[in-house]
Amino acid sequence: MSANQKVLSVKDLKTYIYVNNRCNKALDGVSFDAYRGKTLCIVGESGCGKSITASSITQLLPKLSRIESGEIVYHSEKGDIRIDQLERNGQEMRALRGAEISMIFQDPMTALNPVYRIGAQISEGLQYHSKNTLAQLKQISIELLQQMGIPLAEQRVDDYPHQFSGGMRQRAMIAMAMSCKPKILIADEPTTALDVTIQAQIFELIEELKQRNNTAVILITHDMGVVAELADHVAVMYMGNIVEQGTVDDVLRRPAHPYTEALLKSIPILGKGKQQQITPIQGSTPDPYQRPKGCQFTPRCPYATEQCQAFPSFQSISETHDTLCWHSEKVLSNA
Amino acid sequence: MTRRPTRLDKKFDLLREKTERGALKAASSNRALNKLASNKLAVLGLAFVTIMILSSVFAPLVTQYDPQKVDLRMMLKPPSADHILGTDKIGRDVFARIIYGGRISILVGLGSALGAALIGVSIGAYTAYKGGWLDSTFLRISEVVMSFPQIILVLMLVTILGQSLMNLIIIFTLTGWGSLYRLTRAQMLSLREEEYVQALRAFGLNTFTICFKHILPNALGPIMVNITLSTAMFILQEAGLSFLGLGVPLNIPTWGNILNVAQDLRILQNYWWVWLPSAMTISLFVLAINFVGDGLRDTTDPTMQG
Amino acid sequence: MPSQDKILYIKGLKTYFPVRKGLLRTVAAHVKAVDGVDLEIYRGETLGLVGESGCGKTTLGKSIIQLVGAVGGQILYQEREQTYDLLNLSAEEFKHIRQKIQIVFQDPHSSLNPAFTVFGSLQDPLKLYGVKSKAERRKIIGDLLEAVNMRREQMDNYPHEFSGGQRQRIGIARALCVNPEVVICDEAVSALDVSIQAQVLQLLQEIKQARGLTYIFITHDLSVVEYISDRVAVMYLGKIVELAESEALYRTPRHPYTQALLSAIPIADLDRKSDRIVLEGDVPNPVSPPSGCSFHPRCPKFKSLSEPEKKRCMVEFPQLSDATQLTQPHLVSCHYPN
Repeated sequence: MSANQKVLSVKDLKTYIYVNNRCNKALDGVSFDAYRGKTLCIVGESGCGKSITASSITQLLPKLSRIESGEIVYHSEKGDIRIDQLERNGQEMRALRGAEISMIFQDPMTALNPVYRIGAQISEGLQYHSKNTLAQLKQISIELLQQMGIPLAEQRVDDYPHQFSGGMRQRAMIAMAMSCKPKILIADEPTTALDVTIQAQIFELIEELKQRNNTAVILITHDMGVVAELADHVAVMYMGNIVEQGTVDDVLRRPAHPYTEALLKSIPILGKGKQQQITPIQGSTPDPYQRPKGCQFTPRCPYATEQCQAFPSFQSISETHDTLCWHSEKVLSNA
Repeated sequence: MTRRPTRLDKKFDLLREKTERGALKAASSNRALNKLASNKLAVLGLAFVTIMILSSVFAPLVTQYDPQKVDLRMMLKPPSADHILGTDKIGRDVFARIIYGGRISILVGLGSALGAALIGVSIGAYTAYKGGWLDSTFLRISEVVMSFPQIILVLMLVTILGQSLMNLIIIFTLTGWGSLYRLTRAQMLSLREEEYVQALRAFGLNTFTICFKHILPNALGPIMVNITLSTAMFILQEAGLSFLGLGVPLNIPTWGNILNVAQDLRILQNYWWVWLPSAMTISLFVLAINFVGDGLRDTTDPTMQG
Repeated sequence: MPSQDKILYIKGLKTYFPVRKGLLRTVAAHVKAVDGVDLEIYRGETLGLVGESGCGKTTLGKSIIQLVGAVGGQILYQEREQTYDLLNLSAEEFKHIRQKIQIVFQDPHSSLNPAFTVFGSLQDPLKLYGVKSKAERRKIIGDLLEAVNMRREQMDNYPHEFSGGQRQRIGIARALCVNPEVVICDEAVSALDVSIQAQVLQLLQEIKQARGLTYIFITHDLSVVEYISDRVAVMYLGKIVELAESEALYRTPRHPYTQALLSAIPIADLDRKSDRIVLEGDVPNPVSPPSGCSFHPRCPKFKSLSEPEKKRCMVEFPQLSDATQLTQPHLVSCHYPN
């Protein structure tokens, strides 16, 4: 298997949520690819649909929602698998989850079961997906904890979650996720609940694991700083669409969508001092049940024109860089 | 392998189609009412409760018979066109007794529930907010009250205070405030830490205002549900006591009093219309209240999806 | 423009929380949330208070405003002519002080009472501080809403009808309704979306200019603090480890913890590669902080020190002092600062 092979293709994914007897078009046509050994950062603010994207790929959507249309194709060693066509909790999906596609969640405090030992939780996935004896499993758990940088792993493997600190719990969760050496690791805001110095440790760890195992990492975040540090590719989401997509160089140096540009201009950057210009984005995200016509960013966009009443079509800026905006030329010329 | 369509799929398709047509408005204010209205059991329960209460209040319009009127010529007559549910041991119309009996039973149930709420909620809210020794003391007191077997306590108090309608309501209130106290306390302990409460404290507002004017309205959801369900419980308690002859004095008709005659095996076996309608009324009414209470709880519970 | 006269003078402030164990709930130990803090705040400045979770910055803010009781030390509040000892106030003085020092909270979802309209929530403090007529209260609240870039009519709406950013602005309006001089912003923008943070930060700047306020800005986000503060204090385990002008702190951090903290922040600028100093281990338990300098177990510099130097760090607590001779003081609590 070559180093940077495409391992996941998402094409025009639409996921709708049906809570409170209403239809929320949480994802309205999302397309992207993930490659082995590369990090794709999905960045956006609350309500943009980034977490739903992760849930759709692993089919861990809430009960009152479903994948409407589109394709999620996992390019496995045995051929292509259409994840969207699988039963949510069927045998095939469960065989994939944990073993080939793994996920780590935001809040390490609540993601681990408080009444089971750490070692048991880490090896549970292995127990299901492989044939190891209990003694072997424990040994594997200890090795994993050591790899994650937890001191005294032989003793700590028998601890309960409450005996671990937040950072350590997140490492335990990563150990759990990596235990079966998955091809794809999805990290949904893994460090938002952690301190900045711990965040640094966790990102270093994920980077190291990615390189050692050639895993494809899909990192969901709202922090542009994280994107700049870790991403190889970036997908910027707004109100259920990927409005811009490309390599991290493309998107951060030459933003082609007004939202990306506005977002980059509105965050204070460390080291630029008190005199830096930060410009807030006017207005606020629309109510998902009362969406504007056409392009969703129109009410807040400084480049908006009549044309924006029609939903933009796919604009390709370069081989790696594309966007959903009629006025991407103007935005690029400002960069 | 293609996904099998589930029954939720049809519902989703309908919602999606409606949204695309623009038929669904984002009416957030009516969402609570809509949720309640879609709960069929709750609606049914509410209908039954309303009918019972209205017919009790407007009893003279529902039946022309006087529930107290003794007619020795018409003793123990089975149901007929004249007397829909027949007559009892001394010729009183059973249907009239049930309709008029509803007044007292519902009064006892609701009155006790409201009385218990008044005491339980006030104590719970204030002591839980203050915390410290005040909270611990009342917690222990409530535990003592709640750990007494309630029937024994009620019987003791009935013996001491004597049998009367007012006394019964007082006794029920004194023995039943515990659960509402605990409920209010639990709510208050969590709401106390909300940031708007800290803001009010930062302004120096006094404890009473913060506790009763600002925090309590947010705790009302579960309290209302509990009051509903307590009403049902008190009606059952009254019925039980009156059946034993220890509740409301026998001359005042209540649903439980009517059942009192069923202690006589002869009546129990041969004259079913004297006691069975009353027993069924109690069961159905309590069931209906429980449905309404459950519906209310589902509506006020923010974690339930619908 | 921060003046040289001090508005708040904090000396040796200690706030401990008892840890109760056992059947009789006896006090077994104390969580030393704030463990001896000296701080002077100048009128008109924005003082940033930063640190990670558990460092005591929020507790410090709440101790100043008396939402949490301090167990030792002194807080003096200086008005034009009079000085108030905040830990020893009479009831009268307390009521007066509560108007002068106010707070904006973090969570827009719980900072407003969901059962009341905006008017309902804001009128109680006004009533308490003497605004008797309803019409006058409506006018004041309307003015406040306009000051935070919202419309007057919105005072009759309920909190759930507003977005997070709007609710935060209402929280700011609420803090302003009694005309305070000092506003403590306790992670006031941390729970907001990144693009809304910018809006609220801009608003806070405007209001400060217009009303001549003093801000204590508590946050864990160092990028935000650099932008908005005049001076910054870094806290670790209940103590201030470094205090300096904003630019000085970011350009030349002197405490090893500050250096590690700054290097850990991911920067949204591709042209800057950060030389990340990764701290080992976790923050120690504030019930039993390490002896001497509480940072020494994790200090990257500690490893490169000689034996007698290490001993000093383990035994002797470094006082907050200024070794430089610059015009603007740059205080560090370290035996061997950079």
